[in-house]
Amino acid sequence: MPEEITETIKTKIWRETPESDNSFAAASCFCCGYDVYRDILKNASYIDYLYLLFKRQQPTPEQSALLEGLAVALANPGPRDHSVRAAMSAGVGGSTHASALIAALSVGAGNLGGSREVFHAMEYWQQCGTSLEAWQQLIREPPQLGREDVWLPMEHAPGFDPNGVSCPTPVKQTLAHLVGEGEGLHLQWLNDNRTALEEFAGCPLAFSGVAAAALQDLEFLPEQAEMLFLLLRLPGAAVHSLEQERLGWRKYPFFANGFKLNP
Amino acid sequence: MTVHSKLEKFEDNWRTSMGGWFPGERVVLRGKDVFKELNNSSWMEYLLFASTGKKSPQIARLMEGMWVICTSFPDPRIWNNRVSALAGTTRSTGALAAAASVAVTEATIYGLKPIKGATDFLYRADKRLAEGEALEQIIRAELKQYRSVYGYGRPLVTADERVEPMMNFARSIGCGEGKYIKLAFAVAEYLAASRFKYQINIAAVCAGLLADEELSPMDFYHMATLAFTAGAMPCFIDASNQQEGCFFPLRTARLNYTGGETVKHWRV
Repeated sequence: MPEEITETIKTKIWRETPESDNSFAAASCFCCGYDVYRDILKNASYIDYLYLLFKRQQPTPEQSALLEGLAVALANPGPRDHSVRAAMSAGVGGSTHASALIAALSVGAGNLGGSREVFHAMEYWQQCGTSLEAWQQLIREPPQLGREDVWLPMEHAPGFDPNGVSCPTPVKQTLAHLVGEGEGLHLQWLNDNRTALEEFAGCPLAFSGVAAAALQDLEFLPEQAEMLFLLLRLPGAAVHSLEQERLGWRKYPFFANGFKLNP
Repeated sequence: MTVHSKLEKFEDNWRTSMGGWFPGERVVLRGKDVFKELNNSSWMEYLLFASTGKKSPQIARLMEGMWVICTSFPDPRIWNNRVSALAGTTRSTGALAAAASVAVTEATIYGLKPIKGATDFLYRADKRLAEGEALEQIIRAELKQYRSVYGYGRPLVTADERVEPMMNFARSIGCGEGKYIKLAFAVAEYLAASRFKYQINIAAVCAGLLADEELSPMDFYHMATLAFTAGAMPCFIDASNQQEGCFFPLRTARLNYTGGETVKHWRV
């Protein structure tokens, strides 16, 4: 390395040793102390490795099972989901495959059903814990933005679906399954108090709310939860986009008769 | 019992006054026929009308000057541009590079957050001044609550070389004398003399100039979203035209691992 180069990338996640013939190629890679290609590759599941990357430690079997369950529940939100629709919109037009995922990320990042909602829901968990009174108070008087941000203010209680009628069966099934997998108390408390919370929110629990509780049990920070939620929902966006790409725009809704321009 | 979803009335029913395309016939934007009533607009005038509903060659010209002078430095070390350069060196596409750079421009230490935040601050400060508060009191409260004032201070260097050319340009087209730009510099005067030594940066200058043209923080934000692309695209092109993978390569020793030397073994 030239002597004058002093700028480095500081990291607690990744260490490399160089190949003897090439300083720009790694001979070994260590993730949080574990040899990735000698040890993790052979011995860890993908979910274990995902947990390690975020938390910098090996998960317990219970933590691994909880994250696995969450990952399966979130992997495909289905073609009616806004983020998946964004990806399919890229697909039908023959856009690049990367653009389909960028589209899914951009749309799936929002306050409604997206990763920013999970971020806010995590903040609610941090602030309220398992105090029903605190949740009631915070939902009734949500935090106000002191100065303008690029994010718009929440228009509903985070973790709940403002357009919902009752809690959808898959949300309840996911919550019940995850309660059985984990060790933490937040999912259990959410399950026990769901109807009271829905009453405070004026609308039913959503997947974002279940995800936030699960990630609170896994002791993720709000920004970690926001990132992970984005990652976990991408598989569905990818495959639905590819499917619609093959089918083409003629077989995909254009809402030809649904668009009305006011005079 | 049938309970109707709130969404039912919106099914196949999107009503808007914003505009639309009538295939094979015409295009409408905010009630104007694009081919007949907006066809002589400059791109910036069209974008201004599309984003804010304002028809003003003066604001469009001011905004265009801002884009040229303030937002599109073709330096691939600047973080949003670096993303485009990286896309070029990996032989990704120009649109993917631009999309990523635009998204990354929504940053805290530069770009869109300071732009929106500075406009918001000037409007809030002006309102509180009108209510009788002293400027010093307003700034101190902002610093106490947020530990910063959007539009003041800058990473890497203290002085902002864009302020003078931007003000010169603004004055050349008859702007730069309104109450908000004066307020922006009054805040700068206070902060420069304070222990923080913050100097005004271009976000506060542009915010002041555009607040004087009655643009809201959201107006400015929407307009500024694409402003940085002219800096990102040359970085993409430059890296695309050079040897693949050669944009600031990193040898393994550039990783400064601070997690301890212990090698762990996965519990199976």
